[in-house]
Amino acid sequence: MYVAVKGGERAIDNAHAWLAEERRGDLAVPELTVAQIREQMALAVNRVMAEGSLYDPDLAALAIKQARGDLIEAIFLIRAYRTTLPRIGGSAPVQTETMACDRRVSATFKDAPGGQVLGPTFDYTHRLLDFKLAADGEAAAVQTGTPHEGGTPHIMSYLDREGLIQPEVAQEAPPPDLTRTPLELPVARALRLQALARADEGFILGMAYSTQRGYARNHAFVAELRIGAVAVEMEIPELGFAIEIGEITVTECETVNQFQGSKTQPPQFTRGYGLVFGMTERKAISMALVDRALRWKELGEDNLGAPAQDEEFVLYHSDNIQATGFLEHIKLPHYVDFQAELELVRKLRRDAQAYREAAE
Amino acid sequence: MSDYNFAYLDEQTKRMIRRAILKGLAIPGYQVPFASREMPMPYGWGTGGVQVSAAILTPDDTLKVIDQGADDTTNAVSIRRFFQKTAGVAVTEATAEASVIQTRHRIPEQALRSDQIIVYQVPIPEPLRFLEPSEVETRKMHSLEEYGLMHVKLYEDISQHGDIATAYAYPVKVEGRYVMDPSPIPKFDNPKLEMAGIQLFGAGREQRIYAIPPYTKVVSLDFDDYPFQPTKAAQECGLCGASDSYLDELIVDDAGGRMFMCSDTDYCTTRRRAGHVGAQGTAYAEDAA
Amino acid sequence: MTPLLQVENIAKFYGARIGCAEVSFDLYPGEVMGIVGESGSGKSTLLNLLAGHLVPDRGAVRFDTRTGGLRDTVTMSEPERRMLSRTDWAFVHQHARDGLRMNVSAGGNVGERLMAVSARHYGEIRTQAIDWLGRVEILEDRIDDRPTAFSGGMQQRLQIARNLVTGPRLVFMDEPTGGLDVSVQARLLDLLRGLVREMGLSAIIVTHDLAVVRLLADRLMVMKDGHVIETGLTDQVLDDPQHAYTQLLVSSVLQV
Repeated sequence: MYVAVKGGERAIDNAHAWLAEERRGDLAVPELTVAQIREQMALAVNRVMAEGSLYDPDLAALAIKQARGDLIEAIFLIRAYRTTLPRIGGSAPVQTETMACDRRVSATFKDAPGGQVLGPTFDYTHRLLDFKLAADGEAAAVQTGTPHEGGTPHIMSYLDREGLIQPEVAQEAPPPDLTRTPLELPVARALRLQALARADEGFILGMAYSTQRGYARNHAFVAELRIGAVAVEMEIPELGFAIEIGEITVTECETVNQFQGSKTQPPQFTRGYGLVFGMTERKAISMALVDRALRWKELGEDNLGAPAQDEEFVLYHSDNIQATGFLEHIKLPHYVDFQAELELVRKLRRDAQAYREAAE
Repeated sequence: MSDYNFAYLDEQTKRMIRRAILKGLAIPGYQVPFASREMPMPYGWGTGGVQVSAAILTPDDTLKVIDQGADDTTNAVSIRRFFQKTAGVAVTEATAEASVIQTRHRIPEQALRSDQIIVYQVPIPEPLRFLEPSEVETRKMHSLEEYGLMHVKLYEDISQHGDIATAYAYPVKVEGRYVMDPSPIPKFDNPKLEMAGIQLFGAGREQRIYAIPPYTKVVSLDFDDYPFQPTKAAQECGLCGASDSYLDELIVDDAGGRMFMCSDTDYCTTRRRAGHVGAQGTAYAEDAA
Repeated sequence: MTPLLQVENIAKFYGARIGCAEVSFDLYPGEVMGIVGESGSGKSTLLNLLAGHLVPDRGAVRFDTRTGGLRDTVTMSEPERRMLSRTDWAFVHQHARDGLRMNVSAGGNVGERLMAVSARHYGEIRTQAIDWLGRVEILEDRIDDRPTAFSGGMQQRLQIARNLVTGPRLVFMDEPTGGLDVSVQARLLDLLRGLVREMGLSAIIVTHDLAVVRLLADRLMVMKDGHVIETGLTDQVLDDPQHAYTQLLVSSVLQV
């Protein structure tokens, strides 16, 4: 005699309890604090803020703790939280030329005003596991220097002065909000950049890499990579003027790409652009390369059929929350549909058998 | 969750979704784009259905949530709990008592009334998606009523297999105009799509809402000489003996022994309560939860 | 008599380069127009402009629609143009792959246009498909095969069947015999000639092969560097070419 399986509610409760236990791990080990994650796992925090589209290092650190270190799960927590926040208004565009640069490098010129500032980069480290870190080591004292006076003008502005860079047209109207309007193709560049800014780093990295390997090859030079704090300003209607509401750290990458021209128009360099929350270089550079690849139509280039040129392919598959949700949903029960397929296959086999017998 | 608005979504968002729903009802079967919100459950796990339900629920509603026809499957439990927490609405397992039913992959066996709304969870709203991967192209095909490709697929099935080889998410034509994917319900359920209740379809990840108003003509695509057949397993339910309900097949022992039972758990329980007993069942007694 | 197609000053430029410039002509029902020239002459550009695949920089392409009389297809809405290309128009591509669904059976390919205009009886669709496959000399037992299993000549014949099954009034053909063996070409041309006469089709055929136009076209336009340099009745132009370039073309054809 068969008893129908029940107990879904109890199973879920038990699963959640066990999850909490696993999250805590060995009780003999001190519990991880949100502050520790914020301070000592800052690059993970940056990624969660960037792809969660929410600048709040404490919340991002909490999400990482709750997600047991699974960054996409943490990004999901941040996105869901963001949905519930009321929209007060829009800020003015951040002025990255006023950035106090912690890091600023250019591959296109040996030197430029503002200098080549390495900043706290992994770039020239030797990737050897440092076992001193396993024992609680103290960081060596760092030499201090005097900060650079005056702003750091964009490298692009010099090329711009000579008319060598294809100009960007300023838009009057505020850009549409990807999280408030459904994505419909074809997409304006502003929306494309929004989608890329919150896209999965690994996916965009792969796409960018593909352009370097020949899938819509467009040799990119990093004109400038800068990382530092910028002020966020917003116009307050009650005051009638704009005030600074806070400061954020961003990574900005501008790439210079192959020039374009015709008999009537002298050649100019074209550009790609990336901007990400926090110190998130890999993503910013990847974003700039993919941005440039997706601009083929407005720049009058050929569609070479490369994946990175396909707006629909890139934008529809770059959101890791959508991707993981749909991927993982196949774990859910599908037995009703599977039953339908079973019945169909059985029927078709019976029909085929009958046909064979009739033919004999 | 007292800091959240009733049913989680803020009023602006609900208004946006209701506008999409109204548009969907005005153009039966047409996919209305909407700005899907990030919800606390993953995309692909019912966020479209949840957003539609959240937009239409009122404090007086009674909600039923089913997945694969059962109230007790884990995702149905999770979604029902979500609304209990965020909306505090009454919940039920009885189809007849629900004013709003959110479902994944099945339509209840019991016919719905005109005062009931059923909300379907939809993974891929576009019926042409697997024939034509480009969204830009499929939107054109819908606006131009270019559905030849859909019938080509059915033709190919017959020429290869001797019959149409679609078992679920079987495409339908709504009110003679739009071809629609009814969500992955088994084709057995297609005839129920002509009903007295309001039908709303939500696809969160794909950002589409569509709808079928009551008493709308919904025709499953076929050929005149290969008419649509809503088939199911030939067996009866082992617990209640029903021969007219969609059945789940269960493997009950190591030798591969099988048993069939109603996928719609409420339908089965109601029949057993009324005294029906199937070949492998026993008389009904109030089961412990 | 109303022309079926009225082309007026059609032009397309690529920067300073001329794709095709100021082409005008009228085509009447039942007429076949050939457009010849070497590669780079602009003949394919012209065909694509006429068929609505390219947007012209100037000019009009008026088609005598069934319900609305002469309508400029350049300014027509996209939905209307697409409807036209599924019903009254047909386009035979040089490479059959561009005009067929390679992952659909031969029967499905021929049946698609029928199903697109609401044919709903599988048996009848199949009967019509078999009939049309027969007309283009493809055996019935290949009806369930995919075009990938066909030879180049067969693929081309399938493409023709797929296009003609709903009785279009105007057929555009882009190098229909290009890339095929000579004997296969001859067979295909014969077939085309028969179908065109039988169905009273109008056609515009682009080709670099003078033998094709000799066999199929009533009238001829010779193009060079984007311009039409000579036009007239096929036999007249080929037997008595006036322009130096036409004379060169005609004389360079190998006489076998």
